[in-house]
Amino acid sequence: MSDWKMLTLVGEDQPGIVGQVTNALYQGGWNLGEASMIRLGGNFTIMLMVSGSGAVEPVLQPVATKLGLHMHVDDIAGSLHQHVVPNIQVRVAGADRAGIVAQVTAVLAEKGFNILELESDVAGSSNRPVYIMHIQGYSELPLELIEEALDNLGDIDVNVSPIETLIG
Amino acid sequence: MAVLEILKIPDERLKQVSDPVEQFDDALRTFVADLEETRRDGPAAVGIAAPQVGHFQRIVIVDVSNTRKPVPNHGHMILVNPEITHWEGFEMGREGCLSVPDYTGNVIRATHIKIRAQDPWGKLLEYEMEGYEARAVQHELDHIDGMLFIDRVVSRRTDLFQRKVYQKGGKSKK
Repeated sequence: MSDWKMLTLVGEDQPGIVGQVTNALYQGGWNLGEASMIRLGGNFTIMLMVSGSGAVEPVLQPVATKLGLHMHVDDIAGSLHQHVVPNIQVRVAGADRAGIVAQVTAVLAEKGFNILELESDVAGSSNRPVYIMHIQGYSELPLELIEEALDNLGDIDVNVSPIETLIG
Repeated sequence: MAVLEILKIPDERLKQVSDPVEQFDDALRTFVADLEETRRDGPAAVGIAAPQVGHFQRIVIVDVSNTRKPVPNHGHMILVNPEITHWEGFEMGREGCLSVPDYTGNVIRATHIKIRAQDPWGKLLEYEMEGYEARAVQHELDHIDGMLFIDRVVSRRTDLFQRKVYQKGGKSKK
């Protein structure tokens, strides 16, 4: 049984969120694992693996309330050192419209492509928004098959390239 | 021949700057053979640098002739006292390291480089290389200057900003 919990915190961005949250965890005797923290649309979002004993909510509630953060905690089955190294990268760009992500990822899912990381952003301007997405993932299939499957998406520009991780 | 022990972070010795090789003798060539055996022993490493086994001399081995998809390469290279004499272009790629187990990250490297080095007998070597092979050489050359790829990892979002920082760092090194 894993002793890790996944902690999710979201709230309006302001300086000091990471400092205060992690300090409360540290003072409360909690260890941190892998984390992803990023500003999205003026909000600061935290997904963080923590391990410790007892409940983590009482340790964080004061600081979450003070900073206006929504908090959510799940017991998870995961653990550290479970990395999967991506071997294919998919870059997508196009005039923003509904359905870009759905269409691209439906094709990837059908091919058994496992998305390990997805980052997307809306660039351009309010009048002419451009959707840009980077996906890194793992596929057993040859790159050409993924490329071919993504070839008929019309106005969306999709680029599939190998990720050859250099070990040196 | 022997498989040598690989130093792993946070071993402070990985930050040590290595000394130039002055004696091109049998001891050097024996060490190079051990270094190569060590490279081949673990996970498929395309390169290895002498300081990774606690030997602080400017010696690296690079061989990218065995990638999943073939890339332009010069085969198996033993580079003694290597130096980058010219570089251009920048590209992001994913790297890992024998000295940094269970971690990979994105690093920006020059896409085209020219290097000068010596072989294990002291003969002058010059290569012009690109892409993955150029990346591997830059990764290994960092080791002999006490740098690891984790000192250069960038997030994709900060790509353009980091690119400028890297140019400055890369130039001041020589």
